[in-house]
Amino acid sequence: MAKKIPQINASSMADISFLLLIFFLVTTSMDVNQGLARRLPPPIPPDQKIEDTDINKRNLFVVKINWENKLLVQGQELDVRQLRAKAKEFIANPNDDANMPKLVEEDFGAPFGMVKYAKDHVISVQNDADTQYQAYLEVQNELVAAYNELREECAQQYFHKSYNDLDEEWQKKISKIYPQKISEAEPKNYGGK
Amino acid sequence: MAKIRRNDKREMPALNTSSLPDIIFMLLFFFMSVTSMKEVTYKVQIQNPQATELTKLEKKSLVRYIYVGTPTAEFRKQYGAETRIQLDDAFADAKEIGDFIINERSSMKESDQGLMTVSIKADKETKMGIIADIKQELRRAYALKISYAATQRTSY
Repeated sequence: MAKKIPQINASSMADISFLLLIFFLVTTSMDVNQGLARRLPPPIPPDQKIEDTDINKRNLFVVKINWENKLLVQGQELDVRQLRAKAKEFIANPNDDANMPKLVEEDFGAPFGMVKYAKDHVISVQNDADTQYQAYLEVQNELVAAYNELREECAQQYFHKSYNDLDEEWQKKISKIYPQKISEAEPKNYGGK
Repeated sequence: MAKIRRNDKREMPALNTSSLPDIIFMLLFFFMSVTSMKEVTYKVQIQNPQATELTKLEKKSLVRYIYVGTPTAEFRKQYGAETRIQLDDAFADAKEIGDFIINERSSMKESDQGLMTVSIKADKETKMGIIADIKQELRRAYALKISYAATQRTSY
């Protein structure tokens, strides 16, 4: 008759795995890395002078943030919460306003057909050296949100689907109708506050 | 006739705990998969700003971080309370960012070099002057894909 093998005492196994668990809890962080993705413009070669590119005034949407984190949008003071609506109106220019960007008609193929869109608009963000990061990020966020909302509306209108659920091909087309053009001014030294 | 129990004191059977390690291991694996290793120990205090239009940073291996904030209490004596930049584990100057990026990029696979993303983790109270300096340095080093680290805002 075979001898009975005594069972291995595994009661400390739980303790060992607890130890491991606690080690991982301490050394890892739960927060997912999220952020507002942006793209910087390529550097200017040093031999090239910074020239003020001539942009038609109606195509330009200027957002200035001062050191008190207050906004000046197109020459008017504005709350950051109203910025999104204002930017959307500017980018889409639904009424073909003469003070808003020039609309260019272009054929995008089915199902869009001929689409009028503000091809050459530019949103310019200028900030002071003493502007708070949070205020700056809020402005960036609202501007990106304006684009995202317009693209979403466009996707709903033509496909009855969310923009994120569309094929890449259609996403590209829609993002061409609403091209994200947020320019940031070259930092200048204004001297003092 | 009822049987008379002589021994009233019955011994309690030992609780079977043989599945306990398995349960704990399951927990362990869960935590290992949902969390990420801390990249560095923070030497600066950072309170993330809030935003709504956030995207997740996908490939961890392609992301490099720049921390901006005021030094934590233990370093305040040495470095003061001014906003500082932290690269990896040390305080750095804005001018060192270029070298840092070039170093990091050369340690990546060639096919990944163009996909490098720089995540700027800055305190929400930071002044834009220092952020503008960082952005200029990043542009010079051709690290054009950046991400401003932020947390999801739930309400205004």
